[in-house]
Amino acid sequence: MNPDETTTTPEQSPGAPSPAVAPPPLTVSTAAAEASRDGVTAKAHSISLRKLNAFYGDTHAVRDVDLQYAANQVTAMIGPSGCGKSTLVRCINRMHEEIPGARSTGEILLDDLDLQGTGIDVVSVRRAIGMVFQKPNPFPTMSIYDNVAAGIRLSGTRGVNVKQRVEESLRGAGLWEEVKDRLGQPGIGLSGGQQQRLCIARTIAVEPEVILMDEPASALDPISTLKIEELVHELKKRYTIVIVTHNMQQAARVADTTAFMLNGELVEHAATDKIFSKPDDSRTEEYVTGKFG
Amino acid sequence: MTTLPAVSGRRRATDTAMRGITLVLTIVAIVPLVFILYYLIKEGIGAWSADFFTTDPTGRFLGNPGGIKSAIWGTIVMVALASAIAIPFGIGVALYLVEYGKGGWFANVVRYFIDVMTGVPSVVFGLFVYIVLVVTKIGGTFAAWKGAVALALLMLPVVTRSAEVVLNLVPNDLREGALALGAPRWRVVFRIVLPTAIPGLVTGSLLAVARAAGETAPLLFTAAFVFGTQFDVSQRMNSLPLQIFNDVSQAQDRLVQRAWGAALTLVLLVLLLSLIARLVQRRSRLA
Repeated sequence: MNPDETTTTPEQSPGAPSPAVAPPPLTVSTAAAEASRDGVTAKAHSISLRKLNAFYGDTHAVRDVDLQYAANQVTAMIGPSGCGKSTLVRCINRMHEEIPGARSTGEILLDDLDLQGTGIDVVSVRRAIGMVFQKPNPFPTMSIYDNVAAGIRLSGTRGVNVKQRVEESLRGAGLWEEVKDRLGQPGIGLSGGQQQRLCIARTIAVEPEVILMDEPASALDPISTLKIEELVHELKKRYTIVIVTHNMQQAARVADTTAFMLNGELVEHAATDKIFSKPDDSRTEEYVTGKFG
Repeated sequence: MTTLPAVSGRRRATDTAMRGITLVLTIVAIVPLVFILYYLIKEGIGAWSADFFTTDPTGRFLGNPGGIKSAIWGTIVMVALASAIAIPFGIGVALYLVEYGKGGWFANVVRYFIDVMTGVPSVVFGLFVYIVLVVTKIGGTFAAWKGAVALALLMLPVVTRSAEVVLNLVPNDLREGALALGAPRWRVVFRIVLPTAIPGLVTGSLLAVARAAGETAPLLFTAAFVFGTQFDVSQRMNSLPLQIFNDVSQAQDRLVQRAWGAALTLVLLVLLLSLIARLVQRRSRLA
Protein backbone atom coordinates (compact mmCIF):
# COMPACT_ATOMS: atom_id res chain seq x y z
CA MET A 1 0.00 0.00 0.00
CA ASN A 2 1.15 3.49 -0.62
CA PRO A 3 3.04 5.10 2.22
CA ASP A 4 1.91 8.65 1.53
CA GLU A 5 -1.45 8.72 3.20
CA THR A 6 -1.95 12.38 2.55
CA THR A 7 -1.14 13.54 -0.93
CA THR A 8 1.09 16.56 -0.88
CA THR A 9 1.84 17.22 -4.53
CA PRO A 10 0.84 20.70 -5.61
CA GLU A 11 -2.25 21.05 -7.73
CA GLN A 12 -0.84 23.35 -10.39
CA SER A 13 1.17 21.71 -13.14
CA PRO A 14 4.40 23.52 -13.96
CA GLY A 15 3.86 25.98 -16.74
CA ALA A 16 0.10 25.88 -16.43
CA PRO A 17 -1.21 29.35 -17.17
CA SER A 18 -2.36 30.92 -13.94
CA PRO A 19 -5.90 32.09 -14.63
CA ALA A 20 -6.26 35.83 -14.77
CA VAL A 21 -9.65 35.46 -13.19
CA ALA A 22 -9.49 33.46 -10.01
CA PRO A 23 -11.66 30.38 -10.53
CA PRO A 24 -14.89 30.75 -8.60
CA PRO A 25 -14.96 28.45 -5.62
CA LEU A 26 -16.44 25.12 -6.58
CA THR A 27 -16.36 23.85 -3.05
CA VAL A 28 -19.89 24.93 -2.44
CA SER A 29 -20.55 22.73 0.51
CA THR A 30 -17.86 21.79 2.95
CA ALA A 31 -20.50 21.33 5.58
CA ALA A 32 -22.56 19.07 3.37
CA ALA A 33 -19.46 17.07 2.52
CA GLU A 34 -18.61 16.72 6.20
CA ALA A 35 -22.11 15.55 6.95
CA SER A 36 -22.12 13.09 4.07
CA ARG A 37 -19.09 11.36 5.54
CA ASP A 38 -21.06 10.32 8.55
CA GLY A 39 -23.54 8.64 6.26
CA VAL A 40 -26.38 11.03 6.99
CA THR A 41 -28.47 12.68 4.36
CA ALA A 42 -26.84 15.75 2.93
CA LYS A 43 -28.25 18.49 0.79
CA ALA A 44 -26.78 18.05 -2.66
CA HIS A 45 -26.75 20.51 -5.54
CA SER A 46 -28.92 20.89 -8.56
CA ILE A 47 -27.89 21.13 -12.19
CA SER A 48 -29.68 23.22 -14.79
CA LEU A 49 -29.13 23.06 -18.51
CA ARG A 50 -30.10 26.11 -20.56
CA LYS A 51 -30.18 26.00 -24.35
CA LEU A 52 -27.54 23.28 -24.34
CA ASN A 53 -26.23 22.31 -27.77
CA ALA A 54 -23.49 19.81 -28.46
CA PHE A 55 -21.65 19.05 -31.67
CA TYR A 56 -19.21 16.53 -33.06
CA GLY A 57 -17.64 18.49 -35.87
CA ASP A 58 -20.64 19.23 -38.09
CA THR A 59 -22.92 16.72 -36.40
CA HIS A 60 -25.45 18.38 -34.15
CA ALA A 61 -25.90 15.80 -31.40
CA VAL A 62 -27.81 17.75 -28.74
CA ARG A 63 -30.28 20.48 -29.69
CA ASP A 64 -31.42 23.32 -27.44
CA VAL A 65 -32.00 21.27 -24.34
CA ASP A 66 -33.39 22.95 -21.23
CA LEU A 67 -33.43 20.61 -18.28
CA GLN A 68 -33.41 20.73 -14.47
CA TYR A 69 -31.80 18.03 -12.38
CA ALA A 70 -33.19 18.51 -8.89
CA ALA A 71 -30.95 18.05 -5.87
CA ASN A 72 -31.00 14.62 -4.17
CA GLN A 73 -33.06 13.19 -6.99
CA VAL A 74 -32.32 10.48 -9.49
CA THR A 75 -33.02 11.55 -13.04
CA ALA A 76 -33.01 8.90 -15.75
CA MET A 77 -32.17 9.76 -19.35
CA ILE A 78 -33.86 7.42 -21.81
CA GLY A 79 -34.13 7.32 -25.55
CA PRO A 80 -33.06 5.23 -28.54
CA SER A 81 -29.38 4.75 -29.46
CA GLY A 82 -27.83 7.86 -30.90
CA CYS A 83 -30.43 10.22 -29.45
CA GLY A 84 -27.72 12.25 -27.71
CA LYS A 85 -28.40 11.24 -24.10
CA SER A 86 -24.82 10.13 -23.41
CA THR A 87 -23.45 13.18 -25.18
CA LEU A 88 -25.65 15.43 -23.06
CA VAL A 89 -24.47 13.81 -19.87
CA ARG A 90 -20.84 14.04 -20.97
CA CYS A 91 -21.33 17.78 -21.47
CA ILE A 92 -22.23 18.20 -17.81
CA ASN A 93 -18.77 17.29 -16.53
CA ARG A 94 -17.18 18.63 -19.71
CA MET A 95 -15.86 15.23 -20.83
CA HIS A 96 -17.50 15.92 -24.18
CA GLU A 97 -14.81 18.42 -25.12
CA GLU A 98 -12.09 15.77 -24.72
CA ILE A 99 -13.14 14.34 -28.06
CA PRO A 100 -11.32 16.07 -30.94
CA GLY A 101 -13.71 18.33 -32.85
CA ALA A 102 -16.40 18.20 -30.17
CA ARG A 103 -17.86 21.37 -28.66
CA SER A 104 -20.91 22.57 -26.81
CA THR A 105 -22.78 25.82 -26.34
CA GLY A 106 -25.34 27.05 -23.84
CA GLU A 107 -25.26 27.11 -20.08
CA ILE A 108 -24.70 24.34 -17.58
CA LEU A 109 -25.38 25.61 -14.09
CA LEU A 110 -24.33 23.95 -10.86
CA ASP A 111 -26.76 25.78 -8.57
CA ASP A 112 -26.04 29.20 -10.11
CA LEU A 113 -22.45 28.70 -11.25
CA ASP A 114 -21.95 28.39 -15.03
CA LEU A 115 -19.60 25.45 -15.50
CA GLN A 116 -18.67 26.52 -19.02
CA GLY A 117 -17.95 30.10 -17.97
CA THR A 118 -14.60 31.82 -18.42
CA GLY A 119 -12.10 31.19 -15.65
CA ILE A 120 -13.72 27.92 -14.68
CA ASP A 121 -11.11 25.19 -14.30
CA VAL A 122 -12.30 22.07 -16.07
CA VAL A 123 -10.43 19.96 -13.53
CA SER A 124 -12.50 21.45 -10.68
CA VAL A 125 -15.68 20.83 -12.67
CA ARG A 126 -14.85 17.16 -12.92
CA ARG A 127 -14.03 16.96 -9.23
CA ALA A 128 -17.44 18.41 -8.43
CA ILE A 129 -19.26 16.20 -10.92
CA GLY A 130 -18.23 12.58 -10.80
CA MET A 131 -18.84 10.08 -13.57
CA VAL A 132 -19.34 6.33 -13.76
CA PHE A 133 -18.87 4.81 -17.19
CA GLN A 134 -20.64 2.10 -19.10
CA LYS A 135 -17.75 -0.33 -18.98
CA PRO A 136 -16.12 -0.74 -15.57
CA ASN A 137 -12.69 0.88 -15.91
CA PRO A 138 -10.60 0.25 -12.81
CA PHE A 139 -6.95 1.22 -13.31
CA PRO A 140 -5.20 -2.05 -14.19
CA THR A 141 -1.88 -1.16 -12.59
CA MET A 142 -3.46 -0.38 -9.23
CA SER A 143 -4.69 -2.40 -6.26
CA ILE A 144 -8.26 -2.13 -4.99
CA TYR A 145 -7.08 0.33 -2.35
CA ASP A 146 -5.09 2.43 -4.80
CA ASN A 147 -7.98 2.51 -7.25
CA VAL A 148 -10.22 4.13 -4.67
CA ALA A 149 -7.42 6.42 -3.52
CA ALA A 150 -6.61 7.29 -7.15
CA GLY A 151 -9.08 10.14 -7.36
CA ILE A 152 -7.68 11.80 -4.25
CA ARG A 153 -4.10 11.35 -5.37
CA LEU A 154 -4.65 12.18 -9.03
CA SER A 155 -6.44 15.40 -8.23
CA GLY A 156 -3.71 16.37 -5.80
CA THR A 157 -6.08 16.85 -2.86
CA ARG A 158 -4.23 17.58 0.35
CA GLY A 159 -4.99 16.99 3.95
CA VAL A 160 -7.20 13.97 3.45
CA ASN A 161 -6.94 10.85 5.56
CA VAL A 162 -6.74 8.56 2.55
CA LYS A 163 -7.09 5.32 4.47
CA GLN A 164 -10.26 6.46 6.19
CA ARG A 165 -11.69 7.91 2.98
CA VAL A 166 -11.05 4.67 1.10
CA GLU A 167 -12.92 2.66 3.70
CA GLU A 168 -15.85 5.10 3.75
CA SER A 169 -16.06 5.10 -0.02
CA LEU A 170 -15.95 1.32 -0.28
CA ARG A 171 -18.66 1.10 2.37
CA GLY A 172 -20.63 3.73 0.49
CA ALA A 173 -20.39 1.65 -2.66
CA GLY A 174 -21.42 -1.49 -0.78
CA LEU A 175 -18.14 -3.20 -1.55
CA TRP A 176 -16.26 -3.00 1.75
CA GLU A 177 -17.35 -6.35 3.18
CA GLU A 178 -16.39 -8.15 -0.03
CA VAL A 179 -12.91 -6.67 -0.40
CA LYS A 180 -11.73 -5.57 3.05
CA ASP A 181 -9.35 -8.52 3.34
CA ARG A 182 -7.77 -8.10 -0.06
CA LEU A 183 -7.35 -4.37 -0.53
CA GLY A 184 -3.83 -4.91 -1.84
CA GLN A 185 -4.93 -7.12 -4.71
CA PRO A 186 -5.37 -5.76 -8.24
CA GLY A 187 -8.67 -4.06 -8.98
CA ILE A 188 -9.05 -5.91 -12.26
CA GLY A 189 -9.19 -9.21 -10.34
CA LEU A 190 -12.75 -8.42 -9.21
CA SER A 191 -15.89 -9.51 -11.03
CA GLY A 192 -17.55 -7.09 -13.45
CA GLY A 193 -20.19 -5.99 -10.96
CA GLN A 194 -17.61 -5.54 -8.22
CA GLN A 195 -15.41 -3.58 -10.62
CA GLN A 196 -18.30 -1.24 -11.35
CA ARG A 197 -18.93 -0.72 -7.65
CA LEU A 198 -15.19 -0.12 -7.26
CA CYS A 199 -15.50 2.61 -9.88
CA ILE A 200 -18.43 4.08 -7.96
CA ALA A 201 -16.34 4.00 -4.77
CA ARG A 202 -13.54 5.73 -6.67
CA THR A 203 -15.98 8.39 -7.81
CA ILE A 204 -17.48 9.10 -4.39
CA ALA A 205 -14.02 9.15 -2.80
CA VAL A 206 -13.41 12.59 -4.28
CA GLU A 207 -16.72 13.76 -2.74
CA PRO A 208 -18.42 15.20 -5.80
CA GLU A 209 -21.68 17.13 -5.71
CA VAL A 210 -23.30 15.29 -8.58
CA ILE A 211 -22.79 11.78 -9.98
CA LEU A 212 -23.34 11.04 -13.65
CA MET A 213 -23.83 7.42 -14.62
CA ASP A 214 -23.57 6.49 -18.27
CA GLU A 215 -25.38 3.16 -18.57
CA PRO A 216 -23.61 1.87 -15.47
CA ALA A 217 -25.26 -1.56 -15.50
CA SER A 218 -25.47 -2.34 -19.20
CA ALA A 219 -22.37 -4.56 -19.10
CA LEU A 220 -23.45 -6.39 -15.95
CA ASP A 221 -25.46 -9.47 -15.06
CA PRO A 222 -28.94 -9.07 -13.44
CA ILE A 223 -27.72 -9.60 -9.88
CA SER A 224 -24.94 -7.06 -10.19
CA THR A 225 -27.39 -4.72 -11.87
CA LEU A 226 -29.72 -5.03 -8.90
CA LYS A 227 -26.87 -4.17 -6.53
CA ILE A 228 -26.02 -1.07 -8.55
CA GLU A 229 -29.66 -0.01 -8.53
CA GLU A 230 -29.88 -0.44 -4.76
CA LEU A 231 -26.73 1.60 -4.50
CA VAL A 232 -28.25 4.39 -6.57
CA HIS A 233 -31.10 4.55 -4.04
CA GLU A 234 -28.57 4.91 -1.23
CA LEU A 235 -26.44 7.46 -3.04
CA LYS A 236 -29.25 9.88 -3.74
CA LYS A 237 -29.42 10.67 -0.05
CA ARG A 238 -26.13 12.47 -0.54
CA TYR A 239 -25.82 13.21 -4.22
CA THR A 240 -27.75 14.41 -7.20
CA ILE A 241 -27.72 11.58 -9.71
CA VAL A 242 -28.17 11.49 -13.46
CA ILE A 243 -28.36 8.02 -14.94
CA VAL A 244 -28.38 7.22 -18.63
CA THR A 245 -30.03 3.93 -19.37
CA HIS A 246 -31.21 1.79 -22.23
CA ASN A 247 -33.30 -0.23 -19.90
CA MET A 248 -36.73 1.27 -19.26
CA GLN A 249 -37.48 -1.06 -16.36
CA GLN A 250 -34.31 0.23 -14.77
CA ALA A 251 -35.40 3.81 -15.24
CA ALA A 252 -38.76 2.93 -13.70
CA ARG A 253 -37.06 1.27 -10.74
CA VAL A 254 -34.46 3.85 -9.82
CA ALA A 255 -35.49 7.25 -11.13
CA ASP A 256 -37.59 9.95 -9.51
CA THR A 257 -37.94 11.76 -12.80
CA THR A 258 -37.28 10.58 -16.32
CA ALA A 259 -36.29 12.55 -19.40
CA PHE A 260 -36.95 11.18 -22.87
CA MET A 261 -34.69 12.28 -25.71
CA LEU A 262 -35.09 11.77 -29.45
CA ASN A 263 -32.79 12.91 -32.26
CA GLY A 264 -30.86 15.24 -29.96
CA GLU A 265 -33.96 16.95 -28.61
CA LEU A 266 -35.52 16.68 -25.20
CA VAL A 267 -39.05 15.45 -25.82
CA GLU A 268 -40.35 15.26 -22.30
CA HIS A 269 -39.15 15.39 -18.71
CA ALA A 270 -41.54 14.46 -15.94
CA ALA A 271 -42.03 12.27 -12.91
CA THR A 272 -41.09 8.70 -13.79
CA ASP A 273 -44.61 7.39 -13.08
CA LYS A 274 -46.07 9.90 -15.47
CA ILE A 275 -43.56 9.13 -18.26
CA PHE A 276 -44.37 5.44 -18.08
CA SER A 277 -48.13 5.70 -17.58
CA LYS A 278 -49.53 8.79 -19.24
CA PRO A 279 -46.86 10.86 -20.97
CA ASP A 280 -47.87 14.14 -22.60
CA ASP A 281 -46.08 13.47 -25.87
CA SER A 282 -47.20 10.70 -28.21
CA ARG A 283 -43.56 9.94 -29.17
CA THR A 284 -42.74 9.25 -25.53
CA GLU A 285 -45.67 6.90 -25.30
CA GLU A 286 -44.64 5.07 -28.43
CA TYR A 287 -41.10 4.67 -27.11
CA VAL A 288 -41.98 3.48 -23.61
CA THR A 289 -44.54 1.04 -24.97
CA GLY A 290 -41.91 -0.42 -27.27
CA LYS A 291 -43.27 0.74 -30.62
CA PHE A 292 -39.78 1.87 -31.65
CA GLY A 293 -36.23 2.15 -30.31
CA MET B 1 -31.36 -38.24 -41.25
CA THR B 2 -29.99 -34.95 -42.50
CA THR B 3 -27.01 -35.02 -44.77
CA LEU B 4 -24.66 -32.24 -45.71
CA PRO B 5 -22.62 -32.35 -48.90
CA ALA B 6 -19.18 -33.95 -48.39
CA VAL B 7 -15.97 -31.97 -48.94
CA SER B 8 -15.41 -31.82 -52.67
CA GLY B 9 -12.24 -33.35 -54.07
CA ARG B 10 -11.28 -30.08 -55.64
CA ARG B 11 -11.47 -28.13 -52.41
CA ARG B 12 -9.44 -30.80 -50.66
CA ALA B 13 -6.77 -30.59 -53.36
CA THR B 14 -6.62 -26.79 -53.16
CA ASP B 15 -6.30 -26.98 -49.41
CA THR B 16 -3.43 -29.47 -49.60
CA ALA B 17 -1.66 -27.40 -52.26
CA MET B 18 -1.93 -24.18 -50.25
CA ARG B 19 -0.64 -25.84 -47.11
CA GLY B 20 2.26 -27.29 -49.10
CA ILE B 21 3.21 -24.01 -50.74
CA THR B 22 3.20 -21.98 -47.54
CA LEU B 23 5.17 -24.66 -45.72
CA VAL B 24 7.83 -24.78 -48.45
CA LEU B 25 8.14 -20.97 -48.46
CA THR B 26 8.55 -20.97 -44.69
CA ILE B 27 11.26 -23.59 -44.82
CA VAL B 28 13.12 -21.77 -47.59
CA ALA B 29 12.95 -18.57 -45.56
CA ILE B 30 14.44 -20.06 -42.41
CA VAL B 31 17.21 -22.04 -44.14
CA PRO B 32 19.57 -19.03 -44.32
CA LEU B 33 18.83 -18.17 -40.69
CA VAL B 34 19.71 -21.67 -39.59
CA PHE B 35 22.93 -21.59 -41.61
CA ILE B 36 23.92 -18.23 -40.14
CA LEU B 37 23.53 -19.58 -36.63
CA TYR B 38 25.29 -22.83 -37.58
CA TYR B 39 28.36 -21.12 -39.02
CA LEU B 40 28.45 -18.53 -36.25
CA ILE B 41 28.58 -21.19 -33.60
CA LYS B 42 30.89 -23.52 -35.53
CA GLU B 43 33.46 -20.85 -36.38
CA GLY B 44 32.92 -18.54 -33.43
CA ILE B 45 33.04 -20.95 -30.54
CA GLY B 46 36.62 -21.90 -31.45
CA ALA B 47 37.76 -18.32 -30.97
CA TRP B 48 36.29 -18.13 -27.49
CA SER B 49 38.59 -18.46 -24.52
CA ALA B 50 39.07 -16.64 -21.23
CA ASP B 51 41.72 -14.44 -22.87
CA PHE B 52 39.37 -13.63 -25.73
CA PHE B 53 37.07 -11.69 -23.38
CA THR B 54 39.68 -10.26 -21.04
CA THR B 55 42.36 -8.85 -23.36
CA ASP B 56 42.34 -5.98 -25.82
CA PRO B 57 43.28 -6.47 -29.44
CA THR B 58 47.03 -5.94 -29.72
CA GLY B 59 47.19 -4.87 -33.32
CA ARG B 60 50.46 -6.84 -33.74
CA PHE B 61 50.86 -8.36 -37.16
CA LEU B 62 52.78 -11.25 -35.71
CA GLY B 63 52.31 -12.90 -32.37
CA ASN B 64 49.19 -12.84 -30.18
CA PRO B 65 46.40 -10.77 -31.80
CA GLY B 66 44.60 -10.34 -28.45
CA GLY B 67 40.88 -10.53 -27.62
CA ILE B 68 37.85 -8.28 -27.90
CA LYS B 69 37.52 -6.78 -24.42
CA SER B 70 37.66 -3.18 -25.69
CA ALA B 71 35.02 -3.93 -28.33
CA ILE B 72 32.57 -5.40 -25.83
CA TRP B 73 32.94 -2.51 -23.40
CA GLY B 74 32.84 0.03 -26.21
CA THR B 75 29.57 -1.37 -27.53
CA ILE B 76 28.06 -1.41 -24.04
CA VAL B 77 29.14 2.17 -23.26
CA MET B 78 28.07 3.67 -26.58
CA VAL B 79 24.76 1.82 -26.79
CA ALA B 80 23.98 2.76 -23.18
CA LEU B 81 24.69 6.41 -23.92
CA ALA B 82 22.65 6.25 -27.14
CA SER B 83 19.75 4.67 -25.24
CA ALA B 84 19.94 7.35 -22.56
CA ILE B 85 19.47 9.91 -25.31
CA ALA B 86 17.02 8.15 -27.63
CA ILE B 87 14.61 6.43 -25.21
CA PRO B 88 13.45 9.52 -23.24
CA PHE B 89 13.17 11.55 -26.44
CA GLY B 90 11.41 8.75 -28.31
CA ILE B 91 8.86 8.14 -25.57
CA GLY B 92 8.41 11.89 -25.19
CA VAL B 93 7.62 12.27 -28.88
CA ALA B 94 5.22 9.32 -28.74
CA LEU B 95 3.46 10.85 -25.72
CA TYR B 96 3.05 14.08 -27.62
CA LEU B 97 1.66 12.29 -30.66
CA VAL B 98 -0.80 10.15 -28.72
CA GLU B 99 -1.80 12.32 -25.75
CA TYR B 100 -1.58 15.87 -27.01
CA GLY B 101 -1.06 16.20 -30.76
CA LYS B 102 -3.61 13.52 -31.68
CA GLY B 103 -4.83 14.11 -35.22
CA GLY B 104 -3.47 17.63 -35.57
CA TRP B 105 -1.51 18.63 -38.67
CA PHE B 106 1.73 19.01 -36.72
CA ALA B 107 1.43 15.53 -35.24
CA ASN B 108 0.74 14.12 -38.70
CA VAL B 109 3.83 15.83 -40.13
CA VAL B 110 5.96 14.52 -37.26
CA ARG B 111 4.57 11.03 -37.73
CA TYR B 112 5.36 11.15 -41.43
CA PHE B 113 8.96 12.22 -40.84
CA ILE B 114 9.42 9.51 -38.26
CA ASP B 115 8.28 6.97 -40.83
CA VAL B 116 10.77 8.40 -43.29
CA MET B 117 13.54 8.32 -40.68
CA THR B 118 12.83 4.65 -39.96
CA GLY B 119 13.73 3.88 -43.55
CA VAL B 120 16.90 5.98 -43.71
CA PRO B 121 19.99 3.76 -44.12
CA SER B 122 22.18 3.76 -41.03
CA VAL B 123 25.21 4.97 -42.98
CA VAL B 124 23.38 8.23 -43.57
CA PHE B 125 23.14 8.87 -39.83
CA GLY B 126 26.85 8.17 -39.57
CA LEU B 127 27.59 10.58 -42.40
CA PHE B 128 25.35 13.23 -40.88
CA VAL B 129 27.11 13.08 -37.53
CA TYR B 130 30.48 12.96 -39.34
CA ILE B 131 29.70 16.20 -41.15
CA VAL B 132 28.04 17.98 -38.24
CA LEU B 133 30.19 16.88 -35.30
CA VAL B 134 33.42 15.31 -36.58
CA VAL B 135 34.44 17.53 -39.49
CA THR B 136 33.61 20.63 -37.46
CA LYS B 137 35.96 19.30 -34.75
CA ILE B 138 33.51 19.93 -31.93
CA GLY B 139 35.34 18.53 -28.91
CA GLY B 140 38.06 16.85 -30.98
CA THR B 141 37.54 14.70 -34.03
CA PHE B 142 36.41 11.11 -33.53
CA ALA B 143 34.74 10.48 -30.19
CA ALA B 144 32.56 7.80 -28.61
CA TRP B 145 29.83 10.28 -27.75
CA LYS B 146 29.51 11.20 -31.42
CA GLY B 147 29.07 7.52 -32.20
CA ALA B 148 26.41 7.39 -29.51
CA VAL B 149 24.63 10.36 -31.08
CA ALA B 150 24.58 8.59 -34.45
CA LEU B 151 23.19 5.45 -32.81
CA ALA B 152 20.62 7.53 -30.92
CA LEU B 153 19.43 9.09 -34.18
CA LEU B 154 19.02 5.60 -35.57
CA MET B 155 17.12 4.43 -32.49
CA LEU B 156 14.86 7.46 -32.15
CA PRO B 157 12.29 6.60 -34.85
CA VAL B 158 12.22 2.95 -33.78
CA VAL B 159 11.58 3.85 -30.14
CA THR B 160 8.99 6.47 -31.10
CA ARG B 161 7.06 4.21 -33.43
CA SER B 162 6.90 1.30 -31.00
CA ALA B 163 6.03 3.59 -28.09
CA GLU B 164 3.25 5.19 -30.11
CA VAL B 165 1.73 1.80 -30.86
CA VAL B 166 1.90 0.79 -27.21
CA LEU B 167 0.43 4.08 -25.93
CA ASN B 168 -2.42 3.73 -28.41
CA LEU B 169 -3.14 0.33 -26.87
CA VAL B 170 -3.84 1.92 -23.49
CA PRO B 171 -7.65 1.88 -23.39
CA ASN B 172 -9.22 5.31 -23.68
CA ASP B 173 -11.59 4.27 -20.87
CA LEU B 174 -8.72 4.63 -18.44
CA ARG B 175 -7.86 8.14 -19.57
CA GLU B 176 -11.51 9.17 -19.38
CA GLY B 177 -11.91 7.52 -15.99
CA ALA B 178 -8.95 9.44 -14.62
CA LEU B 179 -9.95 12.73 -16.24
CA ALA B 180 -13.48 12.36 -14.88
CA LEU B 181 -12.01 12.09 -11.37
CA GLY B 182 -10.63 15.57 -11.77
CA ALA B 183 -7.05 14.64 -12.63
CA PRO B 184 -5.01 17.14 -14.63
CA ARG B 185 -3.87 15.77 -17.97
CA TRP B 186 -0.19 15.50 -17.03
CA ARG B 187 -1.06 13.40 -13.98
CA VAL B 188 -3.22 11.13 -16.10
CA VAL B 189 -0.22 10.62 -18.35
CA PHE B 190 2.28 9.95 -15.55
CA ARG B 191 0.11 8.01 -13.13
CA ILE B 192 -2.21 6.09 -15.44
CA VAL B 193 -1.03 5.94 -19.06
CA LEU B 194 2.70 5.39 -18.54
CA PRO B 195 2.40 2.77 -15.77
CA THR B 196 -0.11 0.84 -17.88
CA ALA B 197 2.10 0.99 -20.95
CA ILE B 198 5.46 0.41 -19.28
CA PRO B 199 6.01 -3.27 -20.23
CA GLY B 200 5.37 -2.46 -23.88
CA LEU B 201 7.59 0.60 -23.73
CA VAL B 202 10.42 -1.48 -22.26
CA THR B 203 10.02 -4.12 -24.96
CA GLY B 204 10.04 -1.60 -27.80
CA SER B 205 13.04 0.20 -26.36
CA LEU B 206 15.01 -3.00 -25.88
CA LEU B 207 14.43 -4.00 -29.48
CA ALA B 208 15.73 -0.60 -30.57
CA VAL B 209 18.75 -1.12 -28.31
CA ALA B 210 19.36 -4.51 -29.86
CA ARG B 211 19.23 -3.00 -33.31
CA ALA B 212 21.65 -0.21 -32.40
CA ALA B 213 24.10 -2.69 -30.85
CA GLY B 214 24.60 -4.39 -34.19
CA GLU B 215 25.14 -1.29 -36.34
CA THR B 216 28.52 -0.70 -37.97
CA ALA B 217 27.95 2.23 -40.29
CA PRO B 218 27.00 4.92 -37.77
CA LEU B 219 30.17 4.21 -35.78
CA LEU B 220 32.57 3.83 -38.68
CA PHE B 221 33.39 7.51 -39.04
CA THR B 222 32.18 8.83 -35.71
CA ALA B 223 33.65 6.71 -32.91
CA ALA B 224 36.30 5.23 -35.24
CA PHE B 225 38.50 2.33 -34.19
CA VAL B 226 40.99 1.88 -31.39
CA PHE B 227 42.69 -1.10 -29.75
CA GLY B 228 42.64 -0.25 -26.05
CA THR B 229 39.67 -0.37 -23.68
CA GLN B 230 38.32 3.11 -23.31
CA PHE B 231 35.67 4.49 -20.98
CA ASP B 232 36.22 8.17 -21.75
CA VAL B 233 33.44 9.05 -24.20
CA SER B 234 35.39 12.02 -25.56
CA GLN B 235 37.95 9.59 -27.02
CA ARG B 236 37.79 7.09 -29.85
CA MET B 237 36.16 3.87 -28.79
CA ASN B 238 36.17 0.34 -30.15
CA SER B 239 32.95 -1.58 -30.74
CA LEU B 240 31.96 -5.13 -31.69
CA PRO B 241 30.65 -4.36 -35.18
CA LEU B 242 33.76 -2.33 -36.03
CA GLN B 243 36.03 -5.01 -34.61
CA ILE B 244 34.34 -7.54 -36.87
CA PHE B 245 34.50 -5.19 -39.82
CA ASN B 246 38.24 -4.66 -39.34
CA ASP B 247 39.15 -8.25 -38.64
CA VAL B 248 37.28 -9.71 -41.58
CA SER B 249 39.18 -7.50 -43.96
CA GLN B 250 42.55 -8.77 -42.67
CA ALA B 251 44.46 -11.40 -44.60
CA GLN B 252 45.10 -13.54 -41.56
CA ASP B 253 43.01 -16.52 -40.58
CA ARG B 254 43.57 -15.79 -36.87
CA LEU B 255 41.95 -12.39 -37.25
CA VAL B 256 39.06 -13.73 -39.31
CA GLN B 257 38.59 -16.30 -36.58
CA ARG B 258 38.45 -13.47 -34.04
CA ALA B 259 35.80 -11.80 -36.18
CA TRP B 260 33.67 -14.95 -35.94
CA GLY B 261 34.11 -15.01 -32.19
CA ALA B 262 33.12 -11.35 -31.93
CA ALA B 263 30.12 -11.92 -34.19
CA LEU B 264 28.92 -14.78 -32.02
CA THR B 265 29.34 -12.57 -28.94
CA LEU B 266 27.35 -9.79 -30.59
CA VAL B 267 24.53 -12.10 -31.64
CA LEU B 268 24.31 -13.54 -28.15
CA LEU B 269 24.18 -10.03 -26.68
CA VAL B 270 21.33 -9.10 -29.00
CA LEU B 271 19.60 -12.41 -28.32
CA LEU B 272 19.81 -11.74 -24.60
CA LEU B 273 18.18 -8.34 -25.06
CA SER B 274 15.39 -9.81 -27.17
CA LEU B 275 14.83 -12.47 -24.58
CA ILE B 276 14.48 -9.88 -21.82
CA ALA B 277 12.11 -7.93 -24.07
CA ARG B 278 9.98 -11.04 -24.49
CA LEU B 279 9.86 -11.73 -20.78
CA VAL B 280 8.80 -8.16 -20.04
CA GLN B 281 6.17 -8.33 -22.77
CA ARG B 282 4.71 -11.44 -21.21
CA ARG B 283 4.04 -9.50 -18.01
CA SER B 284 2.20 -6.84 -19.96
CA ARG B 285 -1.39 -6.07 -19.02
CA LEU B 286 -2.15 -4.92 -22.52
CA ALA B 287 -3.26 -7.42 -25.09
